[in-house]
Amino acid sequence: MMGINKNATQMMAEIVSNKRVGAYNHIVFAVGDIASHAKPGNFVAIAVGGPNSAMVLRRAFAIYRTFDKGSNGGLLEIVVAPHGAGSTWLTNQLPGFKVDLIAPLGTAFGIPTEPVRALLVGGGYGSAPLFGLSEVLKNRGCRVDMVLGASTAMKIYAPLDGKRSVNSLTTVTEDGTTGITGKVTDVLADIIETNQIDIIYSCGPMGMLEAINVIAERLGVVHQCAIEEAMACGIGVCMTCVLPIRGEDGVVRMLRSCIDGPVVDGDSVIWGAKRVIPEGTWGAH
Amino acid sequence: MFNFKTNLGEAQFDNPIFTASGCAGSGRELSQFFELSELGAVVTKSIMLKPRSGRATPRMAETPSGMLNSIGLQGPGIDLFLEKDIPWLRDQGANIVVSIAGESVEDYAVLARKMRAVSGISALEVNISCPNVENRGQVFACHPQTARAAIEAVRRNIGGELPIIAKLTPDVTSIAAIAEEVVAAGADALALINTVLGMVIDTNTMRPKLAGKTGGLSGPAIRPIAVRAIYQVHEAMPHVKILGMGGVASGRDAFELILAGASAVSIGTATFGDPSAVIRIKNELQAELIAHGFDSLREAVGYAHRSEGNL
Repeated sequence: MMGINKNATQMMAEIVSNKRVGAYNHIVFAVGDIASHAKPGNFVAIAVGGPNSAMVLRRAFAIYRTFDKGSNGGLLEIVVAPHGAGSTWLTNQLPGFKVDLIAPLGTAFGIPTEPVRALLVGGGYGSAPLFGLSEVLKNRGCRVDMVLGASTAMKIYAPLDGKRSVNSLTTVTEDGTTGITGKVTDVLADIIETNQIDIIYSCGPMGMLEAINVIAERLGVVHQCAIEEAMACGIGVCMTCVLPIRGEDGVVRMLRSCIDGPVVDGDSVIWGAKRVIPEGTWGAH
Repeated sequence: MFNFKTNLGEAQFDNPIFTASGCAGSGRELSQFFELSELGAVVTKSIMLKPRSGRATPRMAETPSGMLNSIGLQGPGIDLFLEKDIPWLRDQGANIVVSIAGESVEDYAVLARKMRAVSGISALEVNISCPNVENRGQVFACHPQTARAAIEAVRRNIGGELPIIAKLTPDVTSIAAIAEEVVAAGADALALINTVLGMVIDTNTMRPKLAGKTGGLSGPAIRPIAVRAIYQVHEAMPHVKILGMGGVASGRDAFELILAGASAVSIGTATFGDPSAVIRIKNELQAELIAHGFDSLREAVGYAHRSEGNL
């Protein structure tokens, strides 16, 4: 069991820019020193709805990227899909408005010390944190291939400068509006074998992560994934975002995805445990 | 000089703002945002005899001005808790109220025996809003006899002077009647209110949203229920100290519970939305009391009960 991210800070952060990109909003916040502490995989928790809001819980967003320009100029960026009342409220806020934000939170993607061949797989706006990761990996001399999938072209998030940071980009849509028609998992095995992939990093819906993990295990590739569980607090106190994870001692525990995640080893997760506590979990009764 | 001090039974506190049980993690998480010693007390999660995985997910649903939760008292069990969490909290200089929960009267007795030798604790909160496995899963706090039996078991076994705070559920016909039972059984103070039982049905899946089906409703949505319960119990037993809670999100809200009869106020769901809420509320409450002309917190406790002639 881990502790809260040592660098987590709460602040009122001004929105610097908020732009529609396809089905999403790309929002930039002025966050000062927070920018220098955030790593790819970390997330931010934002209070929504204003001070008299009926929405009492924070919303968690994966950090897309940060720019460290010191305490005056540090920037933090997220990509938001306006699908609920809270995220819709956030996408409607204009530059100059300040939001109550806590960052960086959670675990980060593990970066190999040796140059390896990495495959980054994102579903929908789950691609966002992968571009910052890609830059870090490239700086370490890694080869980076990327596969992005979504139901339709509008929901693929792949900015131009992001595309430049990878060696190859494959897009997959279920309706065939761009790239290959199908699901990301249809193309993974080929890419893994052709490019002799050592490690997969993934971010997206739980079903997609589980399907990627099946392929990763079959082909013997390390898999790190950023999981998405519903959170109430984002800081480890509410115990709602738990999922069963097998520790190094072999014991399965209900761990908080906001503290021990969001980035976890794919093979440590007991997948498909929605609405059940897996048998043998520590403290199950 | 404004006097913010308060007490629950024999336990003394520098100020009346506490965390709420199950809303402060182990304390470590919140200590990232403020010093725990600034609080009146840290109330720990309700700890049980054995490690508990808690319930399956989904465990949470946001509701208008509130949330529904069904955690199932996930925790390490009393032994690990006493070994790991309590020494750490003590090192922070925090005033500690330990919350315990059992599944049988015997559980409460054993937990109390384990607590009696623990130093550095201000009070014991006894969460009796738990299913009683010996009585078809009926909640202890819902019936006068079982509520009394659980508190008696703690009183008999705790020894010494550690004050007992009985935490009650508002899901009863008469909360004052249950309160009178637990006070007769040896409770020194009362914690009012626990969450209110509720349910959310997901209209897409057309099934209960939470894996546990029902959950506890908390947040500002339940504040009027807390104010009512505190008012009724304070009216029935004005000498019994109350730790009030239920949807407090501001100093004004804490002031409202104090006017109803609370001597201290726990902050729960507000912490989920704002980790530093407890400190903000503490400062706002002091300003609120001073603005209304009070020289001390104690003068304001139950002030809403004064007769019309004093208006």
